[in-house]
Amino acid sequence: MATNHIVDARAIHKHFGTLHVLKGVDLKVDERELVFIIGPSGSGKSTLLRCLNRLEEPSSGSIVVDGIDMLDAKTDINHARRRIGMVFQSFNLYPHMTALGNVTLALRKVAGKGRAEAEALGRVALERVGLADRAEHTPGQLSGGQQQRVAIARSIALEPRVMLFDEPTSALDPELVGSVLEVMRGLRESGMTMIVVSHEMGFARNAADRVVFMDDGLIVEQGPPAAIFENPTHERTRAFIGQIQRH
Amino acid sequence: MIEAFFNIEIMKAAWPIVLTGLWNTILLSLIVVPLGLLGGLILALLASIKNPLVRWPLMAWVDFFRAFPPLVLLVLLFAGLPFAGLELGGFACVAIAFFLNTGSYYGEIFRAGIDSVPVGQVEAARSTGLTRMQAMRYVVLPQAVRNVMPDLLSNTLEVVKLTSLGSVVAVPELLYEARQAQSITYNPTPIVMAAVIYFLLLWPLVRLLSRLENRALAGRR
Repeated sequence: MATNHIVDARAIHKHFGTLHVLKGVDLKVDERELVFIIGPSGSGKSTLLRCLNRLEEPSSGSIVVDGIDMLDAKTDINHARRRIGMVFQSFNLYPHMTALGNVTLALRKVAGKGRAEAEALGRVALERVGLADRAEHTPGQLSGGQQQRVAIARSIALEPRVMLFDEPTSALDPELVGSVLEVMRGLRESGMTMIVVSHEMGFARNAADRVVFMDDGLIVEQGPPAAIFENPTHERTRAFIGQIQRH
Repeated sequence: MIEAFFNIEIMKAAWPIVLTGLWNTILLSLIVVPLGLLGGLILALLASIKNPLVRWPLMAWVDFFRAFPPLVLLVLLFAGLPFAGLELGGFACVAIAFFLNTGSYYGEIFRAGIDSVPVGQVEAARSTGLTRMQAMRYVVLPQAVRNVMPDLLSNTLEVVKLTSLGSVVAVPELLYEARQAQSITYNPTPIVMAAVIYFLLLWPLVRLLSRLENRALAGRR
């Protein structure tokens, strides 16, 4: 399939039992693009994100990431997932390992690096998120913001082609949000392709190339942040933007 | 009274016999506990496959052997199998009976431990490309075992105590040897010796268990 998009998802449907969560979503993302997905809770934005690396199995549709057909039964999904980093709302760091252990596990077991090489790469990744001095700490000894940055390091250590962020700052105390956004901004500047589900509108405004508004399992409208925030065409978008800006 | 239960002369005479029994009890435990742990781990890993074709037979298996009294199982194996042309001997019968019985208990403990690990842990592992088995081995199991350590230890305590069932099928463990000594000397002192040895053997484990349980409670607060 000829495509110049690094992510090309078409007609994605997802049913959970009788619940129709995604009702035919198309999402194409260019290389080095930062796409922000916003929308009310239950609009399907997290589900869409989780379909992209097949943590969630779409009911129908097609997904091609970096030229790999994610839904083809012949695709080695574990190999494909290495190229797609994911950051979760609740960090999901492994509590029984140090920060460095968290970052090196997949380097060793999936990428097949030896211990020394994995640790060297792991330290570089921790350095990039500003936590070189926390390598030997366990998640329990780190703040929420630091844990999320370790989680980001765990993903970038594998040199992904795309990074998915699922509400990366929603579980953080307000004063810790800035450090995580700072790291995301750095990634952005290094040219990482990023798809972010989040309500950090300030960040969206000055970092995103495109904002996608979803509601009720569909993409309602999308465009540059200024257009979506200042001049939304749809009533539902206007109502949503109005709501979150009042906070 | 002291003549009957704490007879020093008898203690001296019975000591070598009781000691043999102690070594056999330790040996039996060292075989039976790892065997049960292994059986339990296999059951729990199979149970984590959410497929009804695996799940239902597995549940039936675990339920059956948890409901089956281990002593009855042991006697059945020991006295019954020879009629099927299979003479295994006491030691092997104990090993098999315990594998079936305690394996099911250990299996339920491991399963509870695996269930106690949040789904997000597996999702994080899988999102970095780890396979299902790798995620289980490196991410889920270490946390699962830590979460149920008090239960594993408590069950192990029960298993060591249950090794005394071996005496019924003539496995020369501690209780069996003590009873031999008792019948030779016509004096219950060897039984008292066995009781004291069991206590000394298990008491450190009981202390450790209490500490783990207190720590788990403190962790929850």
